[in-house]
Amino acid sequence: MFAFANPKRFMDASSAVLPWLVAATVLALGAGVVLGFLAPPDYQQGDTVKIMFLHVPAAWTAMMAYGLLAATSLVSLVWRHPLSDVAAKAAAPLGAVFTLLGLITGSLWGRPMWGAYWVWDARLTSFLLLLFIYLGYIALWNAIEDETRAARAAAILALLGAVNLPVIEFSVDWWNTLHQGESIFRAGGPRISGVFLWPLALSGVGYTLLFFTLWTIRIRTEILERRARSLLLGGAE
Amino acid sequence: MIGALLSRDIRLATRAGGSAALALAFFAAVATLVPLGVGVDLRLLLRVAAGVLWVAAVLAALLSLDRLFQADFEDGSLDLIALSPLSLETVAAAKIAAHWLTTGLPLTLLSPVLGVMFGLPPGAIGVLTLSLAIGTPAVSALGAIGAALTMSIRRGGLILPLLVLPLLAPAVIFGAGAVQAALDGLSSGALLFLAAFAVATTLLSPFAAGAAVRLNLAG
Repeated sequence: MFAFANPKRFMDASSAVLPWLVAATVLALGAGVVLGFLAPPDYQQGDTVKIMFLHVPAAWTAMMAYGLLAATSLVSLVWRHPLSDVAAKAAAPLGAVFTLLGLITGSLWGRPMWGAYWVWDARLTSFLLLLFIYLGYIALWNAIEDETRAARAAAILALLGAVNLPVIEFSVDWWNTLHQGESIFRAGGPRISGVFLWPLALSGVGYTLLFFTLWTIRIRTEILERRARSLLLGGAE
Repeated sequence: MIGALLSRDIRLATRAGGSAALALAFFAAVATLVPLGVGVDLRLLLRVAAGVLWVAAVLAALLSLDRLFQADFEDGSLDLIALSPLSLETVAAAKIAAHWLTTGLPLTLLSPVLGVMFGLPPGAIGVLTLSLAIGTPAVSALGAIGAALTMSIRRGGLILPLLVLPLLAPAVIFGAGAVQAALDGLSSGALLFLAAFAVATTLLSPFAAGAAVRLNLAG
């Protein structure tokens, strides 16, 4: 892994992988959306069940993004790799957008199903708090001018959030709940019909690939930006 | 040395221009404004009392947090403190303790009076006071991490609530939840969860805050 911590090697490797990543994303996401569109209406939820193919993977990806953000932050605090700083910085806005997407699609589904765009349910509330944690992370990064100092402060915050997220999740669970429980990754196999499971799985893979594609592009952009800046500074001297 | 730092911070907070009295006044003012906004129906106020008082207490404590490290950072005394034999983790712990003694504790002591004004029965007032006594150290502790992270930022006071408030959600949920359960005559484990949260955050946060101070001094 550390072989790719060298920005030069990362740029070479990622430029070779990126076209394949884009192609795989388009295929998986396209197949997921088409299959999801063709899926029959659910006997209870009707056509609104199709929102699930956009909603559930967004929520998965948002949480995965936070996991990656925390992991890269830990790496940057322990080993001080500049590339992991860049990776953490690049992951945060993506995670925030996926969180927002999960919240918006969820509330569009909630209106016909629960009768309200927003309910103060445990899952919804803890997801909203996740969005705030992302926003706080981005705000802290933007507020500190010095790059390495900003990276370290943000990394501490990311780890703090990682410790606290399960507590938040747990506390709001205990507080109030309406959102359905786990129905995919459970002992005894998925409790969901195959006609829905396939589009959901494909769309989940598609969202994950989309995240990695955008993440790679953002990391590359940030590296190029830093290079350009140091070239400019070098020219000014 | 810890004692010297502690008594210095307490004196700074309680003397003229200090933040302790201001936090109390803010707490009382917010608690007064809520009945004016939602109406003076005592049954309604009874239901929202615990949540309102908890939120107001958290906001009042946050008010004085942004200067916790920043004031010392700006006038250079933090550099001198860092030169002392005390580790930065100990310094952070002392500052958290001083902040709690000058805001969390007075807020807790004032809360029964405001509880009476919201029409809470004596039993619920007891639970409210107890929950604030248990939970406000967590507010000071988590807030100190945010204060240490933002101490070099000029407008740090604006970012601090965004960093700290989402992390404080469990304290508000368990604290206000314990009072609600007491009102409904239910037994609940909320106070125990709150105590667990407070112990964990109070023990861990000096390390995070110390690390944050260190990185800001290094720059």
